[in-house]
Amino acid sequence: MNIIRYRTPELAAWTPFDRLSPLRELLDSAYQLAAGSAGSRGWAPVLDIYEDADKVTVKVELAGMKKEDFEIALEDGALTVSGRREGESRESFRSERFYGSFSRTVALPAPVKPDDVKAAYEDGILTVVLHKAEEAKPKKITIS
Amino acid sequence: MSQIATCESRPTTAERVEYTIPAVNLRHDEDGYTLEVEMPGVSKSGVEITFDDGKLTVAGQRAKSEAPGKAVYAESAGHGFRRIFDLDPSIDPEKISASIDQGLLTVRLSKAEASKPRKIAVG
Repeated sequence: MNIIRYRTPELAAWTPFDRLSPLRELLDSAYQLAAGSAGSRGWAPVLDIYEDADKVTVKVELAGMKKEDFEIALEDGALTVSGRREGESRESFRSERFYGSFSRTVALPAPVKPDDVKAAYEDGILTVVLHKAEEAKPKKITIS
Repeated sequence: MSQIATCESRPTTAERVEYTIPAVNLRHDEDGYTLEVEMPGVSKSGVEITFDDGKLTVAGQRAKSEAPGKAVYAESAGHGFRRIFDLDPSIDPEKISASIDQGLLTVRLSKAEASKPRKIAVG
């Protein structure tokens, strides 16, 4: 359940050749030691949520997957996108891409119709469109 | 700090364009290198690969699309991708090939025939 995206510190805010990297690695390993087994927490793709009058759109950036590799679930007003990106185990010079299982759960900003959810995967972006429940749509009230 | 254009003189504020540095994997084999670049949201027409003075520039522009409503939560940077690599001089620039599938750009960099390892027979 990664509600907040987890990013490895190396990719988030540091250039690879900064002077403090040995210190940073030491701190990272100490943190991972404290957080439990290192490397088993998976990874979390970038996610955006949009809302308009009658739908909620969730976009997840996942390059190089197949649409069969995703699992999308809706439960108690929360949307979960999970899956697994299979990686090649061949030796790399540089390996920055994440592989393995991931899962993101987000609370939706409005109640939605559970039977009216559409998902599409194109150019490495998974788009899930959820239609709002009638009671969540804005209503115009005419003065009689 | 996640947006930097490397190996370039600093542009003036007016012409400054922000890019995201894409995550890459680079593998090496006997015949060359395979570079995988993550560019979600970029289609074939948005990719630009240039080779100049021993440097390979890989850039990807996302297709412009209207946001499906008001953004209530946003992690993506939204702008395009760009990254510059110093290439091994043994790579043949004529033989660089690339393909993109589901936002994952794969660039194949082959070594020039002359620089491949060879067995030399003792005469």
